Amino acid sequence: MEQALQAIFSATFVAAVLRVTTPILLPALGGLIAELGGVANIALEGIMLISACAGVLVSIATQSEWLGLLAGLAAGIITALVLAFFHLDLKADIILSAIAINILASGGTIFVVFLLTGDKGSTSALVSRQMPFIEIPIIKDIPLLGPILSGQNLLTYIAFIAVAGVAIFLYRMRAGIHLRAVGENPDAARSVGINVRSQQYLALALSGALAALGGVYLSMGYVKFFARDMTAGRGFIALAAIFLGGKTPLGTMIAALVFGLAEALSVQLGNLRVPNQLVQMIPYIATLIALVVYALVQRQRAIAHQRRFRQAPTP
Amino acid sequence: MSTHAPHPTSPSATDSAAAPLVEMRGITKIYPNGVLANHEVTFAVRAGEIHALVGENGAGKSTLMKILYGMERPSAGQIFLRGKPTTIHSPHEAITQGIGMVHQNFMLVPSFTIAENIVLGTEPSRGAFVDRRAAIAAAAQLAQQYGLSVDPEARVDVVPVGMRQRVEILKALYRGADVLILDEPTAVLTPQETHELFTAIQRLIQVGKTVIFISHKLHEVMEISDRISVMRDARLVGTLDKHEANERLLAKMMVGREVFLNIEKTPAQRGPLVLKVRNLEYATETGVEVLKGVSLSVYAGEILGIAGVEGNGQTELVEVIAGLRTPLSGVIELNGKSIAGLTPRQVRQAGVAHIPEDRLTNGVALTASIQENLIVDRYTREPFTRGGLMRPAAIARNSEALIEAYAIRAPDGSLPVGALSGGNMQKVVVARELSSQPKLLIAAQPTRGVDIGATEFMHEQLVRARNAGVAILLVSADLSEVMSLSDRLAVMHAGRIVALFPSTEGLTEEEVGLYMLGTKTMSQSEIESHW
Ligand SMILES: Nc1ncnc2c1ncn2[C@@H]1O[C@H](COP(=O)(O)OP(=O)(O)OP(=O)(O)O)[C@@H](O)[C@H]1O
Ligand SMILES: [Mg+2]
Repeated sequence: MEQALQAIFSATFVAAVLRVTTPILLPALGGLIAELGGVANIALEGIMLISACAGVLVSIATQSEWLGLLAGLAAGIITALVLAFFHLDLKADIILSAIAINILASGGTIFVVFLLTGDKGSTSALVSRQMPFIEIPIIKDIPLLGPILSGQNLLTYIAFIAVAGVAIFLYRMRAGIHLRAVGENPDAARSVGINVRSQQYLALALSGALAALGGVYLSMGYVKFFARDMTAGRGFIALAAIFLGGKTPLGTMIAALVFGLAEALSVQLGNLRVPNQLVQMIPYIATLIALVVYALVQRQRAIAHQRRFRQAPTP
Repeated sequence: MSTHAPHPTSPSATDSAAAPLVEMRGITKIYPNGVLANHEVTFAVRAGEIHALVGENGAGKSTLMKILYGMERPSAGQIFLRGKPTTIHSPHEAITQGIGMVHQNFMLVPSFTIAENIVLGTEPSRGAFVDRRAAIAAAAQLAQQYGLSVDPEARVDVVPVGMRQRVEILKALYRGADVLILDEPTAVLTPQETHELFTAIQRLIQVGKTVIFISHKLHEVMEISDRISVMRDARLVGTLDKHEANERLLAKMMVGREVFLNIEKTPAQRGPLVLKVRNLEYATETGVEVLKGVSLSVYAGEILGIAGVEGNGQTELVEVIAGLRTPLSGVIELNGKSIAGLTPRQVRQAGVAHIPEDRLTNGVALTASIQENLIVDRYTREPFTRGGLMRPAAIARNSEALIEAYAIRAPDGSLPVGALSGGNMQKVVVARELSSQPKLLIAAQPTRGVDIGATEFMHEQLVRARNAGVAILLVSADLSEVMSLSDRLAVMHAGRIVALFPSTEGLTEEEVGLYMLGTKTMSQSEIESHW
């Protein structure tokens, strides 16, 4: 127990939280953009998986992490555009189309991996490149903060910088404002000459790009290989983060950190003598509990208001 | 794609000095579902005038204006601006040619501020970024210039309806509109707000704008417009100067027959007490107290009207009685039995019928058929169900009878209600509610957005139900409507009943208006003496 507590209150643990938050935060930010654009993207999971796979395969083939990253991004954006095409042009239901993409991603990635490597489980037999880890001069020597802030993966930095970037995009830039207008009242947007269809294409493409970064991080940052279903539900946890975060960039980040914390805990406890299966449930249970607490808080607030009124003296 | 339909009354080239600012010639519009909405309509608007467009529900007014604003393409016909032929294929093209439109349903983004809404789509920007300060300044300047007061930094979803409408007008003006189309702008406004709107419209005319104004309220039309065009069944049946027109004539042109604007009714034969409400209190989930001790009584065979500026608790009062909201405290009794806290179905089974204020969301299921909408409150009972199975024949018979009795204009009962015009949708609701043989009928805004023919019909039905002994609670924002229909009249202000008149005889709108605004209140003992 003592050992566990010590582990939790260490800088390495905080650094680990940031590390495992990254692949939740990136798709969550993407999902947030899509959600606010009125095109809820529940294909984040599948997009991450496809990007993770494409990134690793290209990086193995070319031995360049940058080409791997590009391939992952391209795959993610293209998948999101396919979803957009189904929904916006062919008028298919976006939820059903997204489910189809998720299923296709799960089976399709492992099929491609098998075709290329003969292995049905993962690409770990082959050497993939990894996105660089960055040592920040000066900061890395600060005690305590140094190991947290420095030495993270490039994509972890990008994820947290993206929080500000997405906020600026959504609330300060024309394109982002138009996108939110389309999401809230498409008729209003259309009546002032905003092209609803292209804004929603943009929203889905951006969500695809951000989810793709999350996927690439998983296979080329967190580890150095692609494994079957390696996203393990992060694309769905990301969706929960968006709602818990009140559909704002900052709130989404905080919610993602909470989930990251839960996952880091489960990794940490996994090293101890707690049954593995129990420990692995932690992130998912945390998600469930968070959603229940959120609903309860909302209700409590309403009841408190009523009570306050009841107690007010009648004039 | 548009073929010019030859038209005998095209103006000759000689009177080009008087060439209208906007002219729509021979416009025909057939919607993809085959509805003929406009048939060879020729419509001209002169620069600097206020031109009213009137007609029954579904006559094609909004369609004609949507064509002018580029939201719909005409199947045939041509548009001329300042005498020159032009094409308008999108709202964007309309905007660049100086045409702006305020829609029947507001087109605002709820979570955006007023300034953001006004500049949306054409924001002042620096590179890819929106210059928020410039937007706020522009909105404030425009508001000042046209005397349309708004708070640029307030979120649109928290400001009153009247202000939202000013935002819509400013939105059009910001885009440089010279011709402003207002589609039923007063349907949602209180009399005060309507008055303010009219003052603003006059000001727009003074600075050289032109206004096209759609309304079902003929007295408003007579008050504000210079010329009036009347549509009936997709055709334009005539354009009159104001001095040639009067309400009776316009009504006749719209409906195609004589319309009785006055309500004929005999004195009420008041029966026993049906609805008793005492000290009813209600607060919203967020703690806003809306009903602060409302008491009233409705007797069999009478219409108790509730007048009041909208938003003073009328909506909540109606919904609490109908079982749609739970009161905090107080008494609601129907024929001596408490119905407070019952579910809407139980309340209905106790004998309460409810014509809801918002028919689109609470009155009908838009995608369900007329047949289905007519039995939603009774489908579990005989003869519509037997042994747990629905009986289509009985359901169809019921709808045929009601379509006939209530003159619902529809080819047959299998049509989805969403395909009907506003007035006919309302008839479906009224038919269902009255045929449930209620002891108490709650009618909330029964004629809102409904044309003059259908309004006349609603009024007849309400009076007929009253004469048959139904107790009626009538809530309406239309003061002249409640005053002429009610036997007794209550006035609501800030969640309270502030006046109760035992008769509407000799009562003036001005007098009632003072109570509505809260400047006058009756003493509690006087109100109680009229319970
Ligand atoms: N998008 C549409 N598709 C098919 N039919 C339509 C469409 N819009 C309107 N209609 C039909 O066209 C006819 C004319 O409708 P329109 O909205 O122009 O009437 P209106 O005069 O504005 O009526 P109201 O006073 O109720 O607003 C109606 O029968 C309506 O049902
Ligand atoms: Mg209309």
